[in-house]
Amino acid sequence: MHGRLERTNDFVVKFANVNGSGSASANQLFAKAILRMGVPVSPRNIFPSNIQGLPTWYEVRVSEAGYLGARSGVDLMVAMNPETWSQDMASVEPGGYVLYDSTRARTHGLPTGCQALGVPLTALCSEAYSDARQRQLFKNTMYVGVLAQLLGIEFAVLETLVRDQFKRKAPLINANLDALSRGWAYAEAHLEGGIGLQIQRRDACGDRIFIDGNTAAALGAIYGGATFSAWYPITPSSSLAEAYMHYAERLRVDPDGQRKYVVVQAEDELAAIGMVVGAAWNGARAFTATSGPGISLMQEFLGLAYFAEIPAVIFDVQRGGPSTGMPTRTQQSDVLACAHAGHGDTRHPLLLPSDPRECFDFSALAFDLADRLQTPVFVLSDLDIGMNERLCDPLDWDDARTLDRGKVLDFDALDSGAAFGRYLDVDGDGIPYRTLPGTHPERGAFFTRGTTKDAYARYSEAGDDYVANMERLLRKYERALRWLPEPVLHECGASDAVIFFGSTAPAMHEALDMFADAGAALDALRVRSVPFHPKVGAFCESHRLVFVVEQNRDGQLRSLLIEQFDLDPKRLVSLCHYDGTPITARFIVNAISHQMDERKVVPLRKQVEP
Amino acid sequence: MTYIRKPKIQHPRLSRNALGLTRRDYEGAVSTLCAGCGHDSISAAIIEACYEMSLPAHRIAKLSGIGCSSKTPTYFLSRSHGFNSVHGRMPAVLTGAYMANRDLVYIGVSGDGDSASIGLGQFAHAMRRGVNMTYIVENNGVYGLTKGQFSATADYGAKNKRGVQNFDEAIDLATLAIQMGATFVARSFSGDKAQLVPLIQAAIHHRGAAFIDVVSPCVTFNNHRESTKGFDYVRAHNAAVNRPDLIPVREEVRVSYPEGATETVELHDGSLLQLTKCAADYNPRDRTRAINAIQERQRLNQVVTGLLYIDPDAPDLHDEMGTVSCPLNQLSDAELIPGRAQLEVINQAHR
Repeated sequence: MHGRLERTNDFVVKFANVNGSGSASANQLFAKAILRMGVPVSPRNIFPSNIQGLPTWYEVRVSEAGYLGARSGVDLMVAMNPETWSQDMASVEPGGYVLYDSTRARTHGLPTGCQALGVPLTALCSEAYSDARQRQLFKNTMYVGVLAQLLGIEFAVLETLVRDQFKRKAPLINANLDALSRGWAYAEAHLEGGIGLQIQRRDACGDRIFIDGNTAAALGAIYGGATFSAWYPITPSSSLAEAYMHYAERLRVDPDGQRKYVVVQAEDELAAIGMVVGAAWNGARAFTATSGPGISLMQEFLGLAYFAEIPAVIFDVQRGGPSTGMPTRTQQSDVLACAHAGHGDTRHPLLLPSDPRECFDFSALAFDLADRLQTPVFVLSDLDIGMNERLCDPLDWDDARTLDRGKVLDFDALDSGAAFGRYLDVDGDGIPYRTLPGTHPERGAFFTRGTTKDAYARYSEAGDDYVANMERLLRKYERALRWLPEPVLHECGASDAVIFFGSTAPAMHEALDMFADAGAALDALRVRSVPFHPKVGAFCESHRLVFVVEQNRDGQLRSLLIEQFDLDPKRLVSLCHYDGTPITARFIVNAISHQMDERKVVPLRKQVEP
Repeated sequence: MTYIRKPKIQHPRLSRNALGLTRRDYEGAVSTLCAGCGHDSISAAIIEACYEMSLPAHRIAKLSGIGCSSKTPTYFLSRSHGFNSVHGRMPAVLTGAYMANRDLVYIGVSGDGDSASIGLGQFAHAMRRGVNMTYIVENNGVYGLTKGQFSATADYGAKNKRGVQNFDEAIDLATLAIQMGATFVARSFSGDKAQLVPLIQAAIHHRGAAFIDVVSPCVTFNNHRESTKGFDYVRAHNAAVNRPDLIPVREEVRVSYPEGATETVELHDGSLLQLTKCAADYNPRDRTRAINAIQERQRLNQVVTGLLYIDPDAPDLHDEMGTVSCPLNQLSDAELIPGRAQLEVINQAHR
C-alpha cells in the first residue's frame, strides 16, 4: 500500500474528456492559472481525428524545475469520460488521485492505492442551470473550481483570467465565476483533508510567454515580410495559416481597410505550392503551411522550385504518416522527404525549431534565407510544438533589422548596363542574380524553366550546361551554412554524447539532468538546421558513441548525418520514439541506459567465443 | 521545326506602334514546333494583338505548363518574363504571380492535355477565382510531345492516325469555364486570325478570368481525314456566333454597322468590344442561355466560335480580397514589419 502522493509544484494532471464537450477552454484556464501562480506548466492536447464524441485528453505537467517535456504517468486524473475510465485508471501513479463525477454510482473500480475525489458535477450543474448547453459547459468550469481549491490556486488568479478571457462578452464573466465558486465551495465543504498535490506561488516563469508554435511561426511570417500565403487545410498545420490571417488582419491592414497581404485557400496542396512559387517568382515573400501528406503532393513543384531557383518558404508541421496515418499524433518523420523533396538531385535547407520562440525566429529567418539563396526553405516543426502552448522566451524583434531580398537587379542596375545571365555565377558563391517581371523595358527578361538551360537561361540540353548548373547549385547549398542557425552544444567532457532536434529538446534537457544526477553525464548537441554546420561533424568525430534521438522509425536525421559527413554508421546509435506520443525523459534515459548496458556486455561475449 | 533564321536588323520602314516598336520587338525565339503547326499561328496572333495594343512587353508575364503549346511562350514576347512550369499547374503559378503584382498583364498558355487532362482541377478553380488573366488553350485533341495519344478534349468517336477510336466523352473547356465562373469565354480557330486577334485583345482588356479555347490543329498527329480537330474539319464546321472587333478607349468608333446586327460591350477600362452578330439569337451576356446555345450547336457537330460569354463588370480577385493598390511585391519594410512595440503587446497577451 502506497501512501498518498505528496508533491508541490511538480506533478501531472490529466483531464479525460469527450471531444466537443467544451472542455478545452476550462482546461486552458486551469493551466494558465498555475502559470499566473509563477509555476511553469507544459500542457499537451491528446486528441483524436474527430470533431465530436471521441475521447480527448489534456495533460498538464506542472514543473517548478521547468521541465516542459511530456512525463509519463498521471498524479491526478480528472476522469470525465466513462468510456476511457479503465484506460485512464491504468495510468494513475500509485498514491495518485482521481477526480470524478459522483452523480451516479461508479460502475468501474478505482486502482488500489488511489484516492477518490467524488464530486457530483452533473447534479450540481442540473441544480444551478436550466439550459442544457450550460449544464454541459459549466461542468468543466466547475471542476476547475474544485481543483483550484484542492491544489491551492488562488481564486483571485482565476478571476483575473476569466475577466481577461471574456472582456468582450461581459455576461459570461459572472456565469463562469459563479461556476468556479460552486466548485470551489463544494470542495471546501466536502473534500476535507484535501490532497497532497499543491501549487505554491513562485516566480519561476520570469517574463516567458505561453504560446503555441503555429501562432509564433505565423507571427514570424508577418515580421519576415510575407505578403502571400496559399494553403490547403491539414492538421496539424491549419492553425498556422489561420493565425497568419488573424494577425495580418490586425497588423497589416491600412486605416482605410486595404490589406497588405493575401491568403488563398487553394483547392489542394499542389495548387498551394504552385501559387507560392508563382508569387515568389514575381518577388513577393510567400509561404505555405502543410504537413506530411501535403509535402508528398508538393514534390514536383518543390523540385522545380529548386532547379528554377525560386525562393519559397514551406512550414511542415509534422505528424504521423501517411495520409490516413495519425493526423493528430506527433512525429518527426518528414525529415528525409523535405531534405530531398522533388525528383532528380535536390537538397533543401531545413530549419528545425524546438519551441515557439524558435518557430518565430526561424520563420522570419526562412524568408531572408529563401531570398538570399533563391531556393525553397523548410521550417520543420511538429504537432507537439505547433499545436500546444509552450512556455518560451518572449518574441523579440530588432527594429533596425531590414528584410534581405537577396540578389535582385532593379531598374537602375539593369539600366546601367550590368551584364545579366539569370544563372551566371558572377560572385563565385553559386548564387546568381535574378530580375522580376516588369522591371525594365528592354533588359533583364528571361524564360524560367527547370534544367534545360544555360547560364543565360537560353534553352539548352547540353550535358556541359547541365553539369555546370548542378555544380553551381551545390556551391549555393554550401553557402547556406553562413546563415543557418548553428547547433546548440552542451559539453561536459563526456566520452559519449547525444544528438537531437526539434520537439525532443525539453525531454532531452530533463534526461540530461537525470544522467548528470546519476553521475553519468553525457555531452549533447541540438541540431538546428540542415545542411549541418561543420561543428556537428566534429562533434560526431570527437565522441566514442553518439546516440541520435529522434521521433521517427528510421533514424532520418542520422541518415542525413552519415550522408553529409560520410561517418561510420556504427558510431551513430539510433534511438527512435515513434508511437505518436511526445517523447519523454523517461524513454530517453531508459533507451540510452539499455544501449550502454548492451554495449558493455557485447565485448565480453566476443572474448569467450573462439 | 522551322529553320528560318531571324535577321537582327530590321527594315527601317517597318511600321511602328504608339510605343515606337515594330512587330519584331514583340517576337520571340524561332519556333521549334513542326512546320505548319497551328500553335505558331496563335503565337503570331498574340504578337499581333500586343503590337496593335502598344503594350509594353516587359509589363506582360507569360506562363505555361508542359506540352507543345506550353513551349510556345519562348516564341513570342522575348522582352517579357516567362515561366514554363509544371504539367497542368500553370493556373496556380499564374494565380500566385498575379497575387504578387496586380499591375502586370498575365497571359497563360496551355494545351488540352495540360488543362483538360492532368490540369482539369486547376483549370476549373482558376476560373472560379476571378484571377485577372488571359488564359489560352491551344486545343488539338492530342498529346504532341509524346506522339499522338488522345487528350481529354478529343471528340467521342474520333479516330487517331492509326485508326484507334476514342470512346471517352470530350471535355468542352469553354462550357466548363462558363460554368466555373470565368467572366470572359471565347472560342476561336488558329486559322482565323481576323477573329482570334481581337478576341485576345479583348481578353487582355477584360478584368477577370478570360479564357479562349483555340482549336489548333496538330499537323503531325491530328490533321487526318477522320480527325475532328484538323484544318479541313474545323473550316467546314466552324459556326461563329459573332465576329469581334476591339476599339481601344482612345479611338473613336469609326465603323458603323447596320442596326441590330451589332452589339457593343464596354469593358471596364472604357474600351469597346464590338460584336457583329452571326447568329441572331445568341446573347453572350446570358450565362445559362449561352451554355445551352453552345451545347445545342455542338450536338449538330458545329465548332462554335466567337465571344461566347462576357460579364464586363465582375470584380476580380484583388477587388474581392481588398488588397492594397500597390503591388504586394513592392511594399516597403516599414509597410510590412509591425515593429517591436507591437510584438510586446502580443507577448503581453500571452502571459
